[in-house]
Amino acid sequence: MLQYLIRRLLIAIPSLLGISVILFTVLALAPGDPFEELATNPAIPPDVRAHLRASLGMDDPVHIRYFAWLTSMLRGEWGYSFVSRIPVEQLILQRLPTTIAVIGLSQILALCIALPVGVFAATRPYSLFDQVANTLAFIGFSLPTFFTGLLLILLFSIHLGWLPFVFRTDIEATGWRWWWEMFRQSIMPIMVLGLFQGAAWTRYVRSAVLDVIRLDHVTTARSKGLPEGRVTTRHIVRNAMIPVVTLVALQMPAVFGGAIVTEQIFRVPGIGSLLITAILSNDTPVIMGVTFIFACLVIFFNLVADILYGWLDPRISYR
Amino acid sequence: MTEDDLRQMIGRVQRGSLSRRGFVKRMAAVGLTAPMATQLLAVAGVSSAASAQSIPNYGPTRRGGGGALKILYWQAPTLLNPHFGSGTTNSDASRVFYEPLAGWATDGTLHPILAAEVPSVDNGGLAADGRSVTWKLKRDAKWHDGQQFSADDVVFNWEFAKNPAVAAVSSGSYRDVNVVKVDDFTVRVEFNQPTPFWADAFVASIGQLIPKHLFKDFVGANARDAPTNLRPVGTSAYKFVSFAPGDNLRAELNPNYHKDNRPYFDTLEVKGGGDAVSAARAVLQTGDFDYAWNMQVEDAILKRLEEAGRGKVNIVENGNIEFVQLNTTDPNQEVDGERSSIKTEHPAFRDPAVRQAMALLVDRNALEQHIYGRGGPATSNFLNNPPRFASPNTRWEFSIQKANEILDRAGYVRGRDGIRAKDGVRLKFLFQTSVNAPRQRTQAVYKQAAQRAGIDLELKSVNGSVFFSSDVANPDTYVKLYADMQMYTTTMPQADPERFMNQYVSWECSAKANNWQGRNIVRFRNDEYDTIFRQSQGELDPVKRAALFIRMNDLVVNSNHIIPLVKRPLVSASLNNLRPVLSAWDGTTWLLSDWWRQT
Repeated sequence: MLQYLIRRLLIAIPSLLGISVILFTVLALAPGDPFEELATNPAIPPDVRAHLRASLGMDDPVHIRYFAWLTSMLRGEWGYSFVSRIPVEQLILQRLPTTIAVIGLSQILALCIALPVGVFAATRPYSLFDQVANTLAFIGFSLPTFFTGLLLILLFSIHLGWLPFVFRTDIEATGWRWWWEMFRQSIMPIMVLGLFQGAAWTRYVRSAVLDVIRLDHVTTARSKGLPEGRVTTRHIVRNAMIPVVTLVALQMPAVFGGAIVTEQIFRVPGIGSLLITAILSNDTPVIMGVTFIFACLVIFFNLVADILYGWLDPRISYR
Repeated sequence: MTEDDLRQMIGRVQRGSLSRRGFVKRMAAVGLTAPMATQLLAVAGVSSAASAQSIPNYGPTRRGGGGALKILYWQAPTLLNPHFGSGTTNSDASRVFYEPLAGWATDGTLHPILAAEVPSVDNGGLAADGRSVTWKLKRDAKWHDGQQFSADDVVFNWEFAKNPAVAAVSSGSYRDVNVVKVDDFTVRVEFNQPTPFWADAFVASIGQLIPKHLFKDFVGANARDAPTNLRPVGTSAYKFVSFAPGDNLRAELNPNYHKDNRPYFDTLEVKGGGDAVSAARAVLQTGDFDYAWNMQVEDAILKRLEEAGRGKVNIVENGNIEFVQLNTTDPNQEVDGERSSIKTEHPAFRDPAVRQAMALLVDRNALEQHIYGRGGPATSNFLNNPPRFASPNTRWEFSIQKANEILDRAGYVRGRDGIRAKDGVRLKFLFQTSVNAPRQRTQAVYKQAAQRAGIDLELKSVNGSVFFSSDVANPDTYVKLYADMQMYTTTMPQADPERFMNQYVSWECSAKANNWQGRNIVRFRNDEYDTIFRQSQGELDPVKRAALFIRMNDLVVNSNHIIPLVKRPLVSASLNNLRPVLSAWDGTTWLLSDWWRQT
């Protein structure tokens, strides 16, 4: 087991290096620089801009810039944002709590919907409940989040006037009022993301459970006279969870990465909106920082998923 | 009316034998609008009341008590140092805390902020030879941390901005001047040559002053690491509370502000991010915010949102203009490794008849009514504002018939495919612009009309971040102009047109030699233009200078290499009861101290 872990972690190093090389080259190939807006401003002479580029080392060849980035990264320095001149890790940390709260809660909501509904629907296939759940799930994941987001805003903010649609991090209330205001402004983004994810997961859970429910060991368990609840939880769900765990684990990095579109619509200051503004303004250190962490998390959660398999299915061993 | 008549009349007002109102009336009789007439008086140094008129009345009679002011920007500020922040959003955000000596009111006159008065020839501030300007500073202005604001701070800002190691975006305004401290509350800005536009350094956005005592250890390469960059200490009406880059900015009333009864609001919040349409909604429809910046939203949508009755759309006329350029050079011929080289001539556009036909084929009325709405009034001038510089001599017309007649007369005959040609030159043009819904619609409108005149336009749209970049390796940037014609908006950030009109002087031609950084993108070359531009740079008489700029405008517009389409005024949204003070020539937050709410 330990050997397996070490081997996996060692394999991760070249893949991370490869990812960072690709990211850096793609960013270097992309046109433009952070001082685009200066170009169309006649009050700023072009050589000021050239000087600014030079002062940030942007005129060096790509490989030199890459190695500069890599060596400082190895020393634990993430670099400074070109645009705001703040250390990248500080920018990310500033956004992390909101991201984890909003995106994390939406994933939990999705799981809370998907697991019971999917399992219940699968144990009674083609019943009325199954039909309704299926239809709703279809609708849920065929509507894109930007659309449901706008619909919710139109309904709850504009027609009914119940919920605010501009997310504010600086609510002035304290105590219960603060929690209440936080809840009011987060509920729409959480719903939008959670229902979308929940709909997709429901279908997965249902089909995974359906696959297991027909197997012989389930029939055996039933014929032993075990109560139905116990059969479902012990013998069906546990075995059906393997594909679902992969899905959920692969989704976990997204909790960190945020949801670009939804964050933009509700003005949630999360990591997704940090990434998109950084991309739009060609802020290479920030883009590198966010995407690199993202890559690390994808690799890490893949490993976590593999280890969870072993716990769910003891037949899987690690070599 | 000739220049002499005008001058005599202004003289009579000065001597008191003609009233200001009489002057304005007489000007109206010859077709000059009232704002232009007052402008003429103002620039001739007659008006004393002008600066009071250009700022709307301030109602509140005591400081504070206004509650919260909530402003929404759909781009978010990222940096709060006026010398580093690129872009309007950053400069507006730092303006919440920092102030310049003076700002530009929307009628193009100066309004003193940290200066005790606006320098003029009369008060001895302006040297008669145009080589220096002396600013008297307010004596009761204090930094938010209690330190006294003085001439040392002003001189320090000049040293800071012009230092190449600092790499300040404002350096262009400071490196060619010399600043001298006369006494603790007087500074003199000296110029190398007579400078008619003296109000650049220490004025408006570029002139925001940072405190010497907090930045003096950061003059150099470490300037960007100064902690005050993110926790500004200024002189303004609002003090810093908190800042999350790319998200929001909070400020509170400054109890020691140097202007009486100001500010009105107790707290201030600037929230950034999102998109323009939902920002408009948050103000006009739900009233969650008081003011939303830069409403780049279809006018039809804004009108529908306004129907909710909570807020209104503010339109501020400025000098920004959407226009078409007809390339003077040949984009399809390569000379010394560069296309559109000034050594070539455009095969079709060198014929004035073709250019004239092209100008007749844009239906500006349709653009205004169906595409831009209130955000784009049709115009025939390239230089539209301030009103004293707008030429009365140009007209625009949309007539497919006339275009056909002109081309027939010039000998362009329709071929089998309906496209006109003469001596092997086919009227088939590549028309490029950036990806942007109104621009693509404009392209389509233009193409349709041109087709009926036997001209084929091949439409191309380039992603904005590529089109407006200065990437030397990319052939699709607007500065390269590797197309027959192109369209975009050019902005006029200052009330003085010198920096605006230098985009047609021959020495600014964009070319490989200057890495395509020259501002003359259409590569317009005209000896008369060059001569009068040089003349205007040394012309200290404001009336004569205005006449020179009007002549320059007429030269480019009548050449038809430049086809002005619509003006692009600043459009913003605010609640009905909010009284914002906006300006065409300065940032949104330039006079935040004077914003208040009617109750």
